[in-house]
Amino acid sequence: MTSGQEHTRLGIEDVRHIARLCHVGLTDEEAERMRDQLSHILEQFQDLAAIDTTGVEATDQAVGLDSVMRKDVPVPSMPVEDVLANAPRREGDYFRVRAVMEESP
Amino acid sequence: MPANLHYLTVKEMTQALQRREVSSVELTQAHLERIVAVEPQVGAYVTVTEAEAKEQARQADMRIAAGSAGPLTGIPMQLKDNMSTNGVRTTCSSRMLEQYVPRYDATVAARLKGAGAVLLGKGNMDEFAMGSSTENSALQITGNPWDTSRVPGGSSGGPAAAVAAGQAAFSLGSDTGGSIRQPAALCGIVGVKPTYGLVSRYGLIAFASSLDQIGPITRTVQDAAVVMNAVAGHDPMDSTSINQLIPDYTADLDRGIKGLRVGLPREYFEVGIDPEVEASVREAVATLEAQGAIVEEVSLPHTQDALAVYYIIAPSECSANLARYDGVKFGYSDQNAPSLWESLDATRQFGFGPEVKRRILLGTYALSAGYYDAFYKKAQQVRTLIRRELEEVFTRVDVLATPTSPTVAFKHGERTDDPVQMYLSDICTLPTNISGIPAISVPCGFTDGLPVGLQLMGPHLSEATLFRTGHAYQQATDWHTNHPML
Repeated sequence: MTSGQEHTRLGIEDVRHIARLCHVGLTDEEAERMRDQLSHILEQFQDLAAIDTTGVEATDQAVGLDSVMRKDVPVPSMPVEDVLANAPRREGDYFRVRAVMEESP
Repeated sequence: MPANLHYLTVKEMTQALQRREVSSVELTQAHLERIVAVEPQVGAYVTVTEAEAKEQARQADMRIAAGSAGPLTGIPMQLKDNMSTNGVRTTCSSRMLEQYVPRYDATVAARLKGAGAVLLGKGNMDEFAMGSSTENSALQITGNPWDTSRVPGGSSGGPAAAVAAGQAAFSLGSDTGGSIRQPAALCGIVGVKPTYGLVSRYGLIAFASSLDQIGPITRTVQDAAVVMNAVAGHDPMDSTSINQLIPDYTADLDRGIKGLRVGLPREYFEVGIDPEVEASVREAVATLEAQGAIVEEVSLPHTQDALAVYYIIAPSECSANLARYDGVKFGYSDQNAPSLWESLDATRQFGFGPEVKRRILLGTYALSAGYYDAFYKKAQQVRTLIRRELEEVFTRVDVLATPTSPTVAFKHGERTDDPVQMYLSDICTLPTNISGIPAISVPCGFTDGLPVGLQLMGPHLSEATLFRTGHAYQQATDWHTNHPML
């Protein structure tokens, strides 16, 4: 194994940690496969480290737009019925959500 | 009535409608029949909106009769299934949105409706536009009309296959890393990735917001210019939309390309390009030269870095964009898990397919504490180098000519086991999204009966030049008049 691969080879706990951060459930088999595939993809990123980017600013928007503001004028919102039309669970004019005031695991 | 209505170009259909040689109802009926005939082999549509299409066609005919028709009035079209359509299911080819029916139109859908185009239905795609073969659709397989055992490319595989098979006069795709151009190349048609911000993305279901752009998929460059006229332009609902007047993209089409400076970037021919693809592309460049273009070789040393840059930036942005699928507001929702947190995990476990999960995890990793500088920030810096290198080359040439895809259409299943191998399908198309510039893919030959695409790229807002170049090429060649045997 080259040093580059040592840096990017993920452990199964790494995969579980990332999956927890983004709330994607994975079976053990999926987590194993994800570990192999993500490690292989990360290897492809190693070449970037060798590129000298000292003093290079980051591009986060390619056509140079700055913050775009609209005039602070009230406009009608989408009707509540439309907003709730695809709600998996609703109660009156609200989205119904499970209890959130419990401890996150 | 003209024969083979479904293979007329948009321009020919418009003329036939205006001369009353055909009605929109007849044109729409011909397309619906074509869909019934070839869809079992092609699988380009996730949803066909037959009743709505017939009604829209009737309205278009009234508009034509009233003399208030425009160039797209009565023309049957498809939209990729990540563009919101009011009252019509919009799935992103995902289990997450399989039952989702938007209550509003994407700006592009509204503009095309306003222009009188007839919506035939919604095009299959890689789930959430992540993929290069449409094999990541959770809903169905799409076959390449030239050989249905092969992929149509992706992620706009349904739109490209539909247009190639005569199942729509045109479609709209979205292109984040090549998702319009690569399938257009593999299906032997025209695909345009406009300048970032030129076409509103309001109502486009987001994948990677600094890269996503909507564009036309058509059978000719001329048709692409007509469709661009209808969809381009500022939209206050999309704050990344460019606030500038839009030219008539058809105005300069026939001006020719005498004196046009065409750059051949050496590195694009060094990334595992199939020799026969390369030969077709070089022959196409010779055709441009014969029409008066001045061709010179140029160098873009950061080309290969685009792959790593893209596969850090796009997954990072996708991990943030797809956080909205929480089973609360819309989309699939697990109702069985015992707690909120477990139901969130379960919703996303079932709702997302393997490639979407892979990219969410990859992006989450690249953005997480301790890795942000090494991955995301580094990628954004190299993005600057790629952008500058292209800006510099466009001070010396007007357009760049390259292959669109390193290979012709590959077999179903051939690249599904190895994500990196699949990602390499996009190597020629990624730099344009990274730098926000426009590009077009134009059919330029066949290898073993499978289409090859020529990619033309230009600086920001050079669409008119790209259309003029592509149109000149199509005036000198007849690749685009070939249709698959289905």
